[in-house]
Parts: sequence; structure tokens; C-alpha cells
Amino acid sequence: MSTRLAELQDIGIRFGERQLLSNINMTLHQGEIVTLIGPNGSGKSTLIRTLLGLQEPTTGKVVRHDHLRIGYMPQKLHIDPTLPLTVKHFLGLVRGVNKKDIRPTLNKVGIPHLENSQVHVLSGGETQRLLLARALLNRPNLLVLDEPVQGVDVSGQVELYNLIDVIRKELNCGVLMISHDLHLVMAQTDTVVCINQHVCCSGSPQHVKGHPAYQALFGIPGADSSLAIYAHNHNHVHDDSGEVVEEGHVHTASCQHHTH
Amino acid sequence: MLELLMRALIGGIGVAAVAGPLGAFVVWRRMAYFGDTLAHSALLGVALGFLLDINLNFAIVVLCVGLALVLVALQKKHIIATDTLLGILAHSALSLGLVAVSFLDNVRIDLMAYLFGDLLAISQTDLYWIYGGGLLVMSLLVTFWRPLLALTVNEELAKVEGYPVEAIRLLLMLLVAVVIAVAMKIVGVLLITSLMIIPAATSRKLSQTPVQMASMAGVLGCLSVCGGLWASYHWDTPTGPSVVVCAALLFLIAYTLPIRKTA
Repeated sequence: MSTRLAELQDIGIRFGERQLLSNINMTLHQGEIVTLIGPNGSGKSTLIRTLLGLQEPTTGKVVRHDHLRIGYMPQKLHIDPTLPLTVKHFLGLVRGVNKKDIRPTLNKVGIPHLENSQVHVLSGGETQRLLLARALLNRPNLLVLDEPVQGVDVSGQVELYNLIDVIRKELNCGVLMISHDLHLVMAQTDTVVCINQHVCCSGSPQHVKGHPAYQALFGIPGADSSLAIYAHNHNHVHDDSGEVVEEGHVHTASCQHHTH
Repeated sequence: MLELLMRALIGGIGVAAVAGPLGAFVVWRRMAYFGDTLAHSALLGVALGFLLDINLNFAIVVLCVGLALVLVALQKKHIIATDTLLGILAHSALSLGLVAVSFLDNVRIDLMAYLFGDLLAISQTDLYWIYGGGLLVMSLLVTFWRPLLALTVNEELAKVEGYPVEAIRLLLMLLVAVVIAVAMKIVGVLLITSLMIIPAATSRKLSQTPVQMASMAGVLGCLSVCGGLWASYHWDTPTGPSVVVCAALLFLIAYTLPIRKTA
């Protein structure tokens, strides 16, 4: 396997009386996309925050290898409306950023036209792209994405996932992301880790999808189970490998159109 | 008389020029109540200064900085909600200050001057404190502008990118403490926060970037000081409140006049 970036060793987290996570072991490698899935309150975000050093584990430890540089994309961006801030200035806040990199990065995530817009007026999809740009400007070899497609409509979600995949290949970085929807991320994910306080199951997307622990949490794919709370209406179909096929047009990161 | 006015003007402008930009951070980070708490405790500093017979400005700076440190420590413990904690400290400190002052029979303290400020009572020594403290705060603000702003925009991103978040947060609180200690002379403990937040709030309407908002706040603060002094000179109104009224008028004008805002 390729270079190790970071390892979570026997991570346990307890808030007061509540054991939020226990016995989590995970290794992140260069060039690999790992997707965390799990129900609300299963501790996905807490686990990510532990890796980032924003949360101290109660037990276990986080090993960050020397060359590790993390680009973090938080779940959402709240900027106080009393703070006037353009996209350009927001990205200029990255520690040690070279201002010359801002424009190419905006191009890469597909929002070069928003350089001088105020961050408060961006749509959901635009905000996610801005956050991705900020993560990229930290010159990461590990991208940590907490629900990168939150607040984005389904076709926009597909575009974003494709973009993340393109960036992963370009930078050969590792990716750790949280997703609610295994179907959408299947094609781009190498490893899926299903979490509910502990690791329920992990492996390739196909493997996890067929695993009883996954099915108990998310319902059996295709079956109209009462547990299938995460099911939503797809406006597209998947081919066998999980690639999205839409009638007449396949979305890729190079698509320049936006859905608002 | 002219010398008195000049000194008041120079001192007032010195304070407002620093209080404005720092006030922008107070507004962005919603620290107004924190500022109030420090300001109210400044009176205790005055009382202690008299009791221990040390330089008043020094006593106030030490007390404000000390209280800021205590607040940071208490906030981390999450004993009670922050606003409750601030409320308790603010009013206890103010009351304690008033009680302490009442014990000082042999010293005559112009309480009104400390509560509402007396710009015309500024001495030459005060000017040194104002400009010394002001320059210190300004240079720190300029030097650490980017980390301070990164922290304000999003603490978690700043931390992941490797900014020393705790240290920067502490720096900001200390800067606020110093400005409050220095500005107390001008507008008094009850009105200090207004000199920080009103010009900054006015400036929000007129700016597109953080730098614009911060510098414009400084300018608006200086204008308020000039206007307040002028009113005080012509109509014999109390200087501190006149300055605040002037700042509030500018705020009203900025938010009622149809100023076109380019997005």
C-alpha cells in the first residue's frame, strides 16, 4: 500500500456519561478515498474532529505522520453578517498562502467569476466549492471533508463528488469524507467505513453494501424497508459500477453549468 | 482654555483611532458584553489605585488585563453560560468598585468623571498613556491582522491550518482590555463599549472588506470625538455622552440615508 498519512489507534471518546465512540482504528493513505457513513449522532463528525486535533480523544491516540498536511472542509460556513468579506479575502486568510494561487484554485473548483463576491451571498453549492478551494490552498496531501455536498441539490452533488475525484487524482492526496449517501459516492470511494459508535463494517463499497450491519442501519438496497430513512428520490440512474448516468448528458467536473 | 481643548482633542482622537478598529473585532466576534464587563471593572481599578497609592492608569490596565485572563480561564471551564458569567462579573465588579470608592474619605473622587468620562480633564501624563497604549495596540493589530481575522472568520479552519488559535484569542482579549483601560478617561466606564461598537457598526454599512471596515471605524470614531467636543464647547454639555451621541447620530445617518452598496 502507498504512503501512510495518519492513523487512528483505538480511539474512544466519552462526553460525560455518554460513550460516543469506542475502539476506532483506521489508517489513511496517500491517494485513497475513504468514506465514513453512519446515522446522525453516530460520531462521524467527532471522529473527523479528533483526527484534525479539534477534539481530544478520551482514550487511544492519533498518529499524524510528519509530512501530513490537511486540507479541511467543514460542514458549513457561518460568517457573521457584520463582517464584510469577499471570496478573495476569505481565501487570503489561509496560513502562509501565496496570493497568486488563489485565482487558479478558484478556477479549479469552478467559481472564478465569484472572486470579488461577498461570501454571504453565495449559494449552497458555491459555498461548498469555496470551502473546497480553501482546503486546497493549504496544499494538502489529505483532504478531510465533512459532508462536502451539504445543501447542494442532487445533480450538484454528483458534480462535486466528481470534482473531488478529479482533485484526488491530480494531487494524489488521500481523502477522508463523511457522506450520507453511499450510492452517490460508491464510484469514487475506495473504502467505506460504516460507523455507529464503533466501526460496524468496512471495506469496498460493494462489500459494505451487502454487509448485514450496514443493511440493519440503512436498509437493504432495493427493498422498501421501513428503515430506509436515507432513501431519497433520484433523478438519475446508476450503471453497474455505480457511475451516474443521466439521460442525454453525463455530469462531469468540467461541466460549466450551475444549478441554483 | 484653548490648550485644554487641544489636549482633549488630541487625546480623544488617539483613543477613537484605536477603539474603532478594535471595535470591529468586538462587533464581528460579538464581544460587546465582554467589553462592558472589563469596562465596569475598571472602576475597581481606580479605587485600588487610590487605596494602594499607585498610578491610576497602571492600576486600571493591570485590573482589566487580569480580569480578561480570569474570564478566559472561567469560560474554558463551562461552569455557566458565558453571558451569565459576564453579567455576574460586570455588575459585581462595578458595585465592588463603587463600594471601594466610598471607603476613600480622604480622597475626593469625581465619580461622574469616571462613570461618564471627562475629556477636558485629560492631563499630559494621560496623553502619554493614550498614545503609548494606542501605538502598542495598533502595532499588534497590524502585525497579527491575518491571524486575528482568520480566527474571527472560522476558528476551526484557522486551527487546522496551524494558527496558534488559543494564543491569538488571548491576544485579542488583552488588546480589548488595554484599549478599555486607556479609553476610560474619555468616555467613562459606562460608555466605553459604545466608542468601540458604534463607529464599527456604522462602518459596516460603508465597507466591502474587513480592512475598510476597521479603518473607517477609526475615522468615524475620530469624527465623533470632534463633534462631541464641539457640542460640549458650544452648549456646555458633558463631553463623554456628547461624543457617544455624536457617534450614534453618524450611525443613524449611515443606516437611514440611501447609500448604495455595491455587492
